[in-house]
Formats: sequence, structure tokens, C-alpha cells
Amino acid sequence: MPDESKPLWRDEFSVLKADERYVNRRQMAKFLVLGSLGMFVGNVWILVRSWLRKPAAYARSVVAHAGEIPVGGVKLFQYPTQGEQCIMVRTAAETYVAYSQKCTHLSCAVFYSRENDRLECPCHQGYFSVRDGSVLQGPPTRPLPRVVLERSGNDLIAIKMEPGA
Amino acid sequence: MESHGNHRQNRGLTAIDAVSALLAILLVVQVWLLSATLDEYLAGHAETVLPGAIVSGILCAACLGMYGFVLRVDRDARPRV
Repeated sequence: MPDESKPLWRDEFSVLKADERYVNRRQMAKFLVLGSLGMFVGNVWILVRSWLRKPAAYARSVVAHAGEIPVGGVKLFQYPTQGEQCIMVRTAAETYVAYSQKCTHLSCAVFYSRENDRLECPCHQGYFSVRDGSVLQGPPTRPLPRVVLERSGNDLIAIKMEPGA
Repeated sequence: MESHGNHRQNRGLTAIDAVSALLAILLVVQVWLLSATLDEYLAGHAETVLPGAIVSGILCAACLGMYGFVLRVDRDARPRV
């Protein structure tokens, strides 16, 4: 029961030295609980965003022709929209892989290093596997988003983007 | 009589300190949980989002419960004017 005769400010502004130790500790505890509440709100916000997010619709787009790039060669293209740069690598005679060119760390453009057979980000030395886009080394924690390719005759068609392995 | 009051006050302060330490630990766990959940969500793995929110809610409820304990100890042990 709150003490009615005691003014409210007495709770937060102590008059006695002994009281002050309690006020300090209580305010510290309140600060920590507010921080905890903030973290919970952050998690709920992510949950709401994930519920509201609609699955992206991808258009099919011819991005290259078979044989257009040599084995170990690279072609840049834009998918799924203009301005979203992707990189395609021909890793073997009949194997093509494509990823978003945006590094998952700080969005620098990754490039293919033929000597090391990996995708490298020059900004902070983040390295990705050219096989599946997974992180090999460096500050990125997430793999590169993969462009799913389909071969139709001589055409290489991008059909959708997938989160990395 | 005064020594008994001081003893009770010191015990109260110790209890509040212990609870504050626990609160700090839980907060650190929640910070890690939020950052890990966000990282997974941005990587396109939405299946971790719901468990992350549930665990964070449980931790938050635990923090609120402990804060209630702090207020009770504070009320009981604080010196009366």
C-alpha cells in the first residue's frame, strides 16, 4: 500500500543518505527492466514484420546464353529488378552459379577470384564459397542470396532468388 | 534496535544488488537473442523468429517479476522517515 501522507517525489528524490542507496539501485533495476522490455519489443517487431511480409514474386528473365562466358568466366547482370546487381560464374563446362553481388556485411560488390575459386569482398576481406554462397571467412555472417537458374535450350533463365545455404 | 534496522537495510541492499546482477545477465542474453533473431530473419530464415519472440517474452516476464521483488524489498527494508 502506498503511503498517502508521503509525497510522490520522495520516492525518487531521497532526503536521507541511507535512502539514496535504495533509490539508486531501484532506478538501476528499472533501467535494466526497461532495456529488457525494449529487447522484447524488438523481437515482437521482427515477428510482426515476418508475418506481414508477402512472398516475393519473381519474373523469369533470360540473363545469359550457354557458352557466352568461358569456364571460370564471369557475367554481371541485374535481377530481379534493375539496379540489383548479380554475378554469374561458370564453374565447369555445364555448371553455372549466380548470386547477388551485394556482400551481406556492408553491401560492397563481391567479385570472383579465379585463383582462389571463391567470391571475395574487397572491403573487409569477406570470402564466400562459389559452390553455394556460404561464408568462408571474414565479417559477413550470412551467405550470399542465390539466383536460381534454369536452362532452356541455349538460354540461362533466372527464375527466383533464394536465401543462401 | 537501530542495529537491527541497519541489518535489515543491508540485507535489503544485498538482495537488490543480487537481483540487479541477474537482471543484467538476462538483458545481455536478450540483446544476443535479438541480434541472432534479426540476423536469421535477414538471411531469410523466418522459422527462428517466433521462438525468439517467445523466449524474449519469457525473459522479459522474468525481469518484470524480479523488478516486482526489488520494489517489495525496497518498500520493506528502506528506512522510514
